[in-house]
Amino acid sequence: MSGRHGFRRVLVANRGEIAARVMRTCRRLGVETVLTVSDADAGSLPARLADATIRIGPAAAAASYLDVDAVVGAALAAGADAVHPGYGFLSENARLALACAAAGVVFIGPAVETLEATGDKLAAREHAIAAGLPVVPGGDVTDGAGATGLAARIGFPVLVKAAGGGGGRGLRVVREPAELDHAVAVASAEAAAAFGDPRVYLERYVSPGRHVEVQLLGDGERVIHLGDRDCSVQRRYQKLIEEAPAPLLSGALRDGLRGAAVALGRRLGYRGAGTVEFFVDTANEAFYFLEVNARIQVEHPVTEAITGLDLVAEQIAIAEGRPLRLAQGDVTFTGHAIECRVNAEDPGNGFMPSPGTVTNAVFPAGVRVDTHVQAGSTVPPNYDSLLAKVIAHGDERDAALARLRAALDQCEIGGVTTNLRMHQALLADAEFARGGVDTGYLQRMMVQGGARHG
Amino acid sequence: MDLTNQDVADILAALDSLPYDELDLQTPRFRLTLRRAPSGGWTEESQILADPTAITSAPNGASVASPQAQELAGAGGGAGAGRAGLVAVAAPLPGTFYRAPRPGAAPFVEVGDPVAEDTVVAIVETMKLMNSVHAGTRGRVAEICLGNAEPAAQGATLMWIAPET
Repeated sequence: MSGRHGFRRVLVANRGEIAARVMRTCRRLGVETVLTVSDADAGSLPARLADATIRIGPAAAAASYLDVDAVVGAALAAGADAVHPGYGFLSENARLALACAAAGVVFIGPAVETLEATGDKLAAREHAIAAGLPVVPGGDVTDGAGATGLAARIGFPVLVKAAGGGGGRGLRVVREPAELDHAVAVASAEAAAAFGDPRVYLERYVSPGRHVEVQLLGDGERVIHLGDRDCSVQRRYQKLIEEAPAPLLSGALRDGLRGAAVALGRRLGYRGAGTVEFFVDTANEAFYFLEVNARIQVEHPVTEAITGLDLVAEQIAIAEGRPLRLAQGDVTFTGHAIECRVNAEDPGNGFMPSPGTVTNAVFPAGVRVDTHVQAGSTVPPNYDSLLAKVIAHGDERDAALARLRAALDQCEIGGVTTNLRMHQALLADAEFARGGVDTGYLQRMMVQGGARHG
Repeated sequence: MDLTNQDVADILAALDSLPYDELDLQTPRFRLTLRRAPSGGWTEESQILADPTAITSAPNGASVASPQAQELAGAGGGAGAGRAGLVAVAAPLPGTFYRAPRPGAAPFVEVGDPVAEDTVVAIVETMKLMNSVHAGTRGRVAEICLGNAEPAAQGATLMWIAPET
């Protein structure tokens, strides 16, 4: 890859807001964009923003956005120099990275070996241990009998995790020894179906705590961090509000997290943008490695807001074979940023998804909104429910929060049910305003009804 | 052309000094509506009107994607098309119809199987969320209307149940 400079045309192999966001940077850099579309997305806003679109299959993701051959075929047909995989779908798929290399197309992401190491959660855990990162007590499970002994050693409740899972998928909490065998069997079957890999492992379930992650950039030789993010407002391990920097961490804890992430990135010889996720126990000033996300993340805009960097532009520069354009000392942090994920789902009805047609989409002007919907857009039932991310930046957390509240008050999305009112209720809540809520916070709010109807 | 955030900020700065509360700008490629918000600031409603440019005649079966193809896929008629003596099981949401809990597993039910009201007969996956579909009626499965992994429109008839008499 060395000596390769200046992509002329990039295939954006994704959909939704991240496709629009990647193309915005390409446009700014003077790089042509060709967007892969399924039949459900042929007339989408990202399709209209792309220089050209290319069909890769029917609406079902398995036959389109998850089809490695279709994506590589589209890259060749489009005459693309490189493929940007966005997040989700094939973004961390080593087979796509290999197939791109074989076809002479650059995969904008980490090396194949890195994707293999981080995609296998057990292998990632071993790398983390080798790099000196603390991990939650746990280990590999081969069968029910092995699980019983292991769970007894680490103590209940335990978390059953899929080795091939990630992004919050393939997780299951077991509180009683009697439930363990069944949970391991079901989790293994589900993991085999969802990820093609039946291996599961156990970890002690530590809760409550916070989800804090560190953004990395590497060029295969040097690795730097772009600070931390807090993503503790979650439901079923899916993030809903993210902010940077993580509020109310001691300096020692913050330095520890950043140093640990960089150490792991160095061990992996990390190339591209990636994130190391941690579980943080603030009461004991302790943290534990969770996983590595070897791609751009949904919540990257909060890091962009406080660093002034364009992470997609850095991804492209690294993929073009350039060394990192920044040293650690060049990275500065200004103010605080918070992001809300506006989803087509109904928090008042068990977060029931709400596909349909958007009749109108009004957003605050002068605030960053990353979206893929406009009046007339369809929200297909085939993909995730993210409609828009609203990101506010301020000199301090309170200022960012005030700006975000005002911004959400101005949002109006018709035709589909959204979680806008839930976000308004959360942003108005005193506990969230104090900062540092744990991963159980949203569930408690929902039970109280505080976030259900706004 | 695409409007950048800076473009919008510049337009807003110009508008702020004027007595107008709304700017509606339309070109063949896009439409931009800026409105003064009651609480201060401005709201933005934008629409890209230009049709996508599809690359044609790709190898490996990739081909033109037409905007018309994007309407929500959905097989199956409305549940209203009643059948004498049978009760429909309707899709609770639009999504993908699955007959089994996971690939390779046995289907929840086959034609002729007895079901109770709360028997899970299928899954409809909508936006990555798996929704169990219950028979709703005690009886026997008379017909399964969709193939596994086919798209189902909201309210589409997934199955017919012959109620127990």
